[in-house]
Amino acid sequence: MKLFRIRGGVHVEHRKELSSEQAIVTLPLPAWLYIPLQQHIGAPAEPVVVEGDVVLKGQLLAKAGSAVSAPLHAPTSGRIAQIGDWMAPHPSGLTQRTIILESDGRDQWCEPLLPIDDPFAADAKTIAARAAECGLVGMGGAAFPTAVKLDLGTRIKLDTLVINGAECEPYLTCDDRLMRERTDEVLDGVRIMAHALGVERIVVAIETNKPQALAIMTQAVAAGGWSKITVTGIPARYPMGSERHLVHVLTGRETPARKLTADIGVVVHNVATARAVHHAVRHGRPLVARVMTVSGQAVRRPQNIEVPLGTLVAELIDHCGGLTEPPARLLSGGPMMGQPLPGRKVPVIKGTSGILALSAVELHGGPVQPCIKCGTCVSVCPCGLVPLEMASYIRKDRLDAAAKIGVQDCVGCGSCAYACPAHIPLVHYFNYAKGRLSAQEREQRKRDRIKRLAVARADRMEKIAKAKREAMAARKAAAKKPEAVAGSAQA
Amino acid sequence: MKAVVDLGGPFAHAPTSVRWIMIQVLGALAPAVLFDLWLFGFPAINLFLVTIASALISEALCLTIAGKPLQPAITDGSAVLTGCLLAMSIPPWAPWWIGAIGALIGIGIGKHVFGGLGQNLFNPAMVARVALLISFPVPMTLFVAPKPLGSVDAPGFLDSLAITFGWHFNLDALSAATPLGYVKTELSRGVPVVDAVNHGASALDLAIGTVAGSMGETSAVLLLAGGLFLIWRRIIPWHIPVAMLGMLLGLATLFHIVDPGRFADGSFHLLAGATMLGAFFIATDLVTSPVTRPGQLVYGAGCGALVWIIRSFAGYPEGVAFAVLLMNALTPLIDRWIRPRIYGRTRRGDPLTPKPKT
Repeated sequence: MKLFRIRGGVHVEHRKELSSEQAIVTLPLPAWLYIPLQQHIGAPAEPVVVEGDVVLKGQLLAKAGSAVSAPLHAPTSGRIAQIGDWMAPHPSGLTQRTIILESDGRDQWCEPLLPIDDPFAADAKTIAARAAECGLVGMGGAAFPTAVKLDLGTRIKLDTLVINGAECEPYLTCDDRLMRERTDEVLDGVRIMAHALGVERIVVAIETNKPQALAIMTQAVAAGGWSKITVTGIPARYPMGSERHLVHVLTGRETPARKLTADIGVVVHNVATARAVHHAVRHGRPLVARVMTVSGQAVRRPQNIEVPLGTLVAELIDHCGGLTEPPARLLSGGPMMGQPLPGRKVPVIKGTSGILALSAVELHGGPVQPCIKCGTCVSVCPCGLVPLEMASYIRKDRLDAAAKIGVQDCVGCGSCAYACPAHIPLVHYFNYAKGRLSAQEREQRKRDRIKRLAVARADRMEKIAKAKREAMAARKAAAKKPEAVAGSAQA
Repeated sequence: MKAVVDLGGPFAHAPTSVRWIMIQVLGALAPAVLFDLWLFGFPAINLFLVTIASALISEALCLTIAGKPLQPAITDGSAVLTGCLLAMSIPPWAPWWIGAIGALIGIGIGKHVFGGLGQNLFNPAMVARVALLISFPVPMTLFVAPKPLGSVDAPGFLDSLAITFGWHFNLDALSAATPLGYVKTELSRGVPVVDAVNHGASALDLAIGTVAGSMGETSAVLLLAGGLFLIWRRIIPWHIPVAMLGMLLGLATLFHIVDPGRFADGSFHLLAGATMLGAFFIATDLVTSPVTRPGQLVYGAGCGALVWIIRSFAGYPEGVAFAVLLMNALTPLIDRWIRPRIYGRTRRGDPLTPKPKT
């Protein structure tokens, strides 16, 4: 398959060998599970259970909070011990509303939803509704509700479904293992999604540093005789898995700024999401567990584990033989775009693709030095930005200048900061600027709205006053006439 | 356990640092430096060490005055590199104070006045070279013919101290012209350039570097090898040297064809003087060159054109330092005008319009 060139990118030390040959194992059932209400992009879910309720595995715990949201289901059977605040898997270390479930140890399923017998006869709405009902979100990390991306075909003309098996983040191997060990489930999910989207072409893209996954998927597709599906190897260069860059490499089409890949006819889903679709459609099972990689040099036995959602990070690490040393960094997700965790007493959620405990030697850290304007950040930026210039504006708090040269077009991949010889925390600067700029934009919108409302109110008041004056004048005129008559009579 | 949460990602880093870059550049310079130190003997070695030491002392002095911590800046290797590049561009038998004053000018006025590493507009070593050339034209243009260590007429160690630290030593008797200087002088006497070039050093001598010249710039081949090493290590882009050498070669060849009596040929320009040092180590100075690839091409071509113009028409026989400084001044403009296209946007910055699907 012809591939297209994109600019920038870095060759990262992928370190996948730590866990890539570890077959997926299932975590023994934890006694307590902590299910945060916000596990996805969009509105938080709203609890439908109360403290003391006894629930079965797969039972609805919280319903979707709005059109863009996802419901939550019980990862095992047990009792709702509390609906309270618990530390979120977020660098802030803040708490968030969390359903705390005490397992009864029986792991007993509730009555599942009816499988959709022939998904290829079902329409997009039905499949999307099932994905919504089962709480599916994008499992590559962003956790965008899947249903919203499954019936796009009914609104926009789509031609290609891209299955993202790039897994370009270092260390992570869960997608690799899924493609190797759950090949049929993944491919079934892929075909169902393609049917829902109404696309003619499916491309499964896998970085060439996963030759086994590439071979197994290619074989399975050939054996299935699915001519619409192409499995293709793509160069192992970070950030190959970035949605719009992956689409560009595969189709040569460039997604316009502030648009989605769907606007150019392509939808991208992750391999783990495809498997979740298979479970939801074929078995009526909601998303209550996921496969994740636990790795890093500070972990004694790195593994790929299928974990009930809501398990504490501490239990995962214990299952991997504990730590060999206090980690320099504890992360959720990959090292390039993952988030540092505030501690080990936080739960894993739907978007957690990995838990990494990294030792200091792996970080290649160094003191921050002055920028020597080497231009490395410019040549590695996949978005065509000039990171050193943006950072110097942001340092002086000239956010408008940084915005003008495109800081909001930064995808935050971290290639620049990875390659910077002066160890300048470029992404940190950009995230700060993006946060401040979007807050400013919100403020501006609010001010505009207030202004609009104030003007409208003034207009309205003016109209009312005018109407009053006119009515008054009319009444006076009306009153005057008889008065005049009376007056003349008097005279 | 409380994990460290102080900065955003990424939590992985390429095995690189400013110091590592500087060390590799110094390593790339080493063959050419060692060759010329051998070629010009003890006086060159003395002056080289004096210049490097002066650069470090100047750096420490400036940091102290600015109230900045000494350790990170002294050990990042940038002062040593500036000292090394400066030493390489002064005559090998010049007195010690040339190196000392040069280092003070380069580090002080060239770098710290602007705010230290990464802030300077001009290449510090070239600021020093030009300042010295204008202020002290006699010692800065007094070159000697090669007298390799161990050869019959090479000065001994004690003699070398007399040369470098300057009690009576008549250099005039030993002075020799650089190939560029020779051609210029001959032209002023009415000798056609083509004859002067043919009478002067052979192309082979120029390539190997066994000619009179500054302390580190005579060996075109060794400098080229060091430069290729840096390109291979991805420390310098190929764009600047290729554009600079290409432009110089192109202009020189063109005008040589038109008037060989007036203009030297392209290969002479490439091999003589500071061309190779300039193209691979001076013009490519990270701080003072543009950051985008197309910008680097423009900048390199500008350097090449200016070198040729200065060599061919100006009063000085050599123009690399002036050319690089002039282009340094344009670097901020080049970086402002020549930018990469932002992904998903047109060159003007508007979002692309989605192509109609087929």
